[in-house]
Amino acid sequence: MFEFIVGYYNYWMYIGLMMIGFYAMMAKRNLIKKIIGMNIFQSAIILFYVSTSVKKGGVTVPILEHAHEGHGAHHAVDIMQYANPLPHVLMLTAIVVMVATLGVAVAVCIMIYRRYNTLEEDEIIMSIKRG
Amino acid sequence: MIAQIPILIIVIPLISSLFCPLIGLWRRGLSYFWAVFSLSLCALASINTLLTVIDSGTIHYRLGGWAPPFGIEYVVDHLNAMMLVIVSVISLMVAVYSKRSVEQELPEKAVYFYTVFLLQVTGFLGIVITGDLFNLYVFLEIGSLAGYALIAIGEDGAPLATFRYIVMGTIGACFYLLGVGYIYISTGSLNMADVQQLLPQLYDSKVILTAIAFLLAGLAVKMALFPVHVWLPDAYTKAPSATSALIAPLMTKISLYVMIRILFTVFQPHLSIELLPVTDIMVWAGFVAILAGGIMALAQTDFKRMLCYVVVAEVGYIVGGVGLANTIAIKGAVLHILNDAVMTVGLFTVAGIIMYKTKSHDISDFHGLFKKMPFTMFAFMVGALSIIGVPPTCGFFSKWYLIQGAVIANHWAFLIALLLSSLISVVLFFRVIEIGYVFQASHGGHAHSTGQAATIDEAPLSMLIPTIAIALGIILIGVYNQAVLSNIVAFAVPQL
Repeated sequence: MFEFIVGYYNYWMYIGLMMIGFYAMMAKRNLIKKIIGMNIFQSAIILFYVSTSVKKGGVTVPILEHAHEGHGAHHAVDIMQYANPLPHVLMLTAIVVMVATLGVAVAVCIMIYRRYNTLEEDEIIMSIKRG
Repeated sequence: MIAQIPILIIVIPLISSLFCPLIGLWRRGLSYFWAVFSLSLCALASINTLLTVIDSGTIHYRLGGWAPPFGIEYVVDHLNAMMLVIVSVISLMVAVYSKRSVEQELPEKAVYFYTVFLLQVTGFLGIVITGDLFNLYVFLEIGSLAGYALIAIGEDGAPLATFRYIVMGTIGACFYLLGVGYIYISTGSLNMADVQQLLPQLYDSKVILTAIAFLLAGLAVKMALFPVHVWLPDAYTKAPSATSALIAPLMTKISLYVMIRILFTVFQPHLSIELLPVTDIMVWAGFVAILAGGIMALAQTDFKRMLCYVVVAEVGYIVGGVGLANTIAIKGAVLHILNDAVMTVGLFTVAGIIMYKTKSHDISDFHGLFKKMPFTMFAFMVGALSIIGVPPTCGFFSKWYLIQGAVIANHWAFLIALLLSSLISVVLFFRVIEIGYVFQASHGGHAHSTGQAATIDEAPLSMLIPTIAIALGIILIGVYNQAVLSNIVAFAVPQL
């Protein structure tokens, strides 16, 4: 049991973070708090991806040194020496997407604030109902 | 040049959306023609692709010449060739249609509207054409972000509806991303065809179960399947008319396409149908969605909002049809994706015309519209009959195949839901037709509706022509449904 918890600690952390974000998105009434929750939620997924590429035991970044000198088979790559670069690359794209989402969400918040002068969801709904 | 057509379908709207603001800066009115021009090119390219696929089978396009498991690959088979044509032709129709409605509703923002409009179409087309799971996520978010922007500029209450859509849509997209992550850590690949080859050894792994659960839950939010549909009615009702005509038919249908892709291409039908109870759950989800969507549509007094709940019910048709998991039902479901996209765009364009003329989308303001705008109401009648499922409109045929599939699968509850839904649609649309035929409002009407009654006449031609074309399309697809079935849909259905 202890092994199960410690051995997979990166997954537990991402699940915990994701649930914090999820709670904030669902339960908070303030729109900015919802946006913060959304960001925590997305960051949790980034951490999940990045943590899956880690290998234990002195692995390094996947950069081949002196790759252009000499020829022959000694350039064969031992993948166990390098962390998997692909999740990082995917997450660079995902970060861009998330920044864009954040930007659109904040822009919509500004529109809401200009129209209703508040960012509390219940007050906005009240003022919509009053017409 | 011909070999590059698959990538041109994406590149044309993407590049033209970058140039759109520049052209708008030079001559504001030109941005509309620019959008229509690039979408016509895009539609031609996708029709050409469809014909090539019918002629010579699946097209594989390697981006930058990188071989598939490492590079991103665009794969066009019968299913997504059909989707490409649906998306590009419908968006072209809506672009032509949008001119007057955008001038009236968003007079200052027309240039930016068309910029984002083109980005939205890029997102939709990219989701459909790509053969890479992560690339699909990126396009999904391009489409969604453009959609948020297009909806937020709507009438009062639109920003709040958009905010809710952003929160829900982000959860959906993140679940999808998480599902892709689980597939990636267990197979090491993101290419759909490659994953399909690698997965069967892992079918008893719990990671794969988690992956399929996250993928389907995420897509359910994006396609507005019943319990998680709550973002849809508000967002699409309050969006500008041109936006709801573009997004309401396409966004849900494209998520349904992705669902079919995931179930039958990424995972093999064997897993989705036999090893897991995925399809059983889907039939019941469809059952609930059809009834709940229909009943909530009955409760609406707003025309656009009613259509939104009809969309929720139609999503139930397709999810349930795929869930029945026999060849005829899946054929019906795929055909219904086409039919429902055309019917929904037809009805939303009518709603936009009525909005343009009467400044309202409340059903009680529809008095006497049949007399004042006969052509528009003809298009409305065709769309309504198709939703109800009256031959020879296309809605009848896909419903017929779904019913046959339900009989073969011995799923009587779903059959009853299909028939009940037709009855509910009869009530829904005849209520509108009745109000439309009565000329003098018996209760006196609202002050503004009677005040404007004299000025309401037939819609301008730029709105009317696409609307009538869509209505004729509904009838033509119905008449030639056998050709669509045997040339396209028959190849899009998995071999069971």
